[in-house]
Amino acid sequence: MTNMIREERIHVISALVEHKPGVLYSVSNMFRRRGFNIESISVGEAERPDLARMTITIRGDESTVEQVVKQLKKLICVIKVSILDPGNMVSRELALIKVSTPDARARSDVINYTEIFKGHVVDVAHESLVIEITGDRDKINAFIELMKPFGIREIARTGIAALSRGMRSVKVE
Amino acid sequence: MVRMSGAKALIESLQRENVEVIFGIPGGAMLPVYDILYDSDIRHVLMRHEQCAAHAADGYARASGKVGVCMATSGPGATNLVTGIANAYMDSSPVVAITGQVPRSFIGKDAFQETDIIGITTPITKCNFQVGSAAEIPKIVKTAFYIASTGRRGPVLIDLPKDTQIEEDEINFDEMIELRGYKPTYDPHPLQVKKAVQLLIEAERPVIIAGGGIIASNACSELIALAEALVAPVATTLMGKGAIPENHPLSVGMVGMHGTVAANHLVQEADVILAVGMRFSDRTTGNIKTFCPDGKIIHIDIDSSEIGKNIRPHIPIVADAKKALQAIYDQLIKKIEKKERSEWLNKMREFKGIQEEMFKFGGDGIKPPALMAEIRRILPNDAIITTEVGQNQMWAALYLRVYKPRTFISSGGLGTMGFGFPAAIGAKVACPNVPVVDIAGDGSFIMTEQDLAASVAGKIPVIVVVLNNSMLGMVAQWQRLFYDRRYSSVDLRGLPDFVKLAEAYGAQGFRVQSVEEFREALKAAINSDVTTVIDVPISPEENVFPMVPPGDNLKKLILR
Repeated sequence: MTNMIREERIHVISALVEHKPGVLYSVSNMFRRRGFNIESISVGEAERPDLARMTITIRGDESTVEQVVKQLKKLICVIKVSILDPGNMVSRELALIKVSTPDARARSDVINYTEIFKGHVVDVAHESLVIEITGDRDKINAFIELMKPFGIREIARTGIAALSRGMRSVKVE
Repeated sequence: MVRMSGAKALIESLQRENVEVIFGIPGGAMLPVYDILYDSDIRHVLMRHEQCAAHAADGYARASGKVGVCMATSGPGATNLVTGIANAYMDSSPVVAITGQVPRSFIGKDAFQETDIIGITTPITKCNFQVGSAAEIPKIVKTAFYIASTGRRGPVLIDLPKDTQIEEDEINFDEMIELRGYKPTYDPHPLQVKKAVQLLIEAERPVIIAGGGIIASNACSELIALAEALVAPVATTLMGKGAIPENHPLSVGMVGMHGTVAANHLVQEADVILAVGMRFSDRTTGNIKTFCPDGKIIHIDIDSSEIGKNIRPHIPIVADAKKALQAIYDQLIKKIEKKERSEWLNKMREFKGIQEEMFKFGGDGIKPPALMAEIRRILPNDAIITTEVGQNQMWAALYLRVYKPRTFISSGGLGTMGFGFPAAIGAKVACPNVPVVDIAGDGSFIMTEQDLAASVAGKIPVIVVVLNNSMLGMVAQWQRLFYDRRYSSVDLRGLPDFVKLAEAYGAQGFRVQSVEEFREALKAAINSDVTTVIDVPISPEENVFPMVPPGDNLKKLILR
């Protein structure tokens, strides 16, 4: 009961799971059942076709995140789990943002901002642009704030994908 | 490789797992499997409700230590199993549930008797599998039994689409199973063991709390050896009842909301608690903030997610209970000096004396604590007791002493009314040579009494002792104590005459008005080869005490 760190913050968890139907359900159902809040989750095939990597970000204190990891490990479809060290990982999210550009002035402003943020214009129409932007959450949030005055029509975000830096890894030996 | 149908492959796989009995009910989506069972050596006990099939498999598993198997058809058959599966999951009981499913091409089309049993049972099984082809069946069965019976035990479900049962293929029974995500930790970490030993040696007021994990891992002799070496009182959880003989001088009975005077006081006053194979459930700890305020806790459990979930221990040990206790004992015995602990043990004896007085308590007529003592006097030590849920369960837990592991079977975590009777049927199948007695209440028994038919027709004679107050007694007790006697929907007027009910099924029934009459009825039941229901009228004003009001600490016991 002592020394429990009560401070809530974002934690990034990397989990290697069986690449099979039903696994995402098992994982997300466990989060729902135990009352853990997922901020974002991204899943895709990992370095081997029989494995998928889930990057899960959750908000909580240390003891919550410890329980999350233990409950994940308890699932038989989950092979390996670790909490990524925020000071020693790379994380990226991709967002597609459809912005209103009713006139030439707006269009050129949006394109300028996109270049500053090293994004790409991936679709051009008469009155809108679709911007692709990657980066950490803060960068994407900042870009979205900048786009708001132009009028955001749609946003699709992937959630964070993350890996630890250097030779440290979460992998099956 | 042998060419055969999926249904044949299933039964052959079950035989390779040494399955002797299946509790189940057939149906449309299971016809091919039941056709193979018709000629099989495996005994099939036809239950009358699938919930009972699951509870019977659970009772069989707890009594025998082997995996229990239940079977049901798709749709409602499968959903009727759900309460039983959830019950087995909460109490870590090794059960394999096999369900029929609509043919593969119909899945997702809302076909007749289709239900998503995989989706439904995901949070209440260790793991579940839907068979994709006949060829997969042997490996899935092997994996299911391995998962159910290892680590922290629990239920596994296998869902078999009907066409995979019919499909013929070359079947290989020798495929190895591979489980990258499942590697239970059995051996304790030596450093943690060393720390635990040091703490235990320094302890002045040690208490051991033994949970169901002790029984699951057959660690009772290790527990007793360690308790004696340490001279530490042993409390148990409900699931741990039977881990230490309750006539052992260091046994103090159950701890918790309905804990004994001794167990609750000693646990609160301990300076070191060794908690083994238990999970600090709310019913065990009382108000968790005030649980054992001055104590340091060593928590041993095979499921690492239990450690730190409800209580943060000072020394966590993830391991099998038997191995951990053995490792601690081996080191402790070399270092520990003979402990007297006269003050601590005197306290224990004093509290046990207060608890002993409570056998006399109760209202008019037959007093439940005295009745429990009477049952114990009559039954042999290896007789198996099951319970329903409510007052009956807590009277049994408090006042019916248990001397051997696997002889007390109760629905601990889920608290399932209706569990005890079908569990008794399962236990009797596992142990046909000992009397099996379900301590029931009227409210619980009517939830699953239809399986009197299964016990009579299946020649599985069990004994049901109905503590009959014509009430949902535990709910009434709470309404009496905490809701100003506003008895809302607890009066069970309209109950059947249990003697006639038993006779209607071809069982025998007795109604008794005194402990003397009860004694005769129970003796007759033990010697009978047919199921017996003994109706014992008790006062509806009867309360189970001791009791800790919800939210209070464990010492705040109401005694009468």
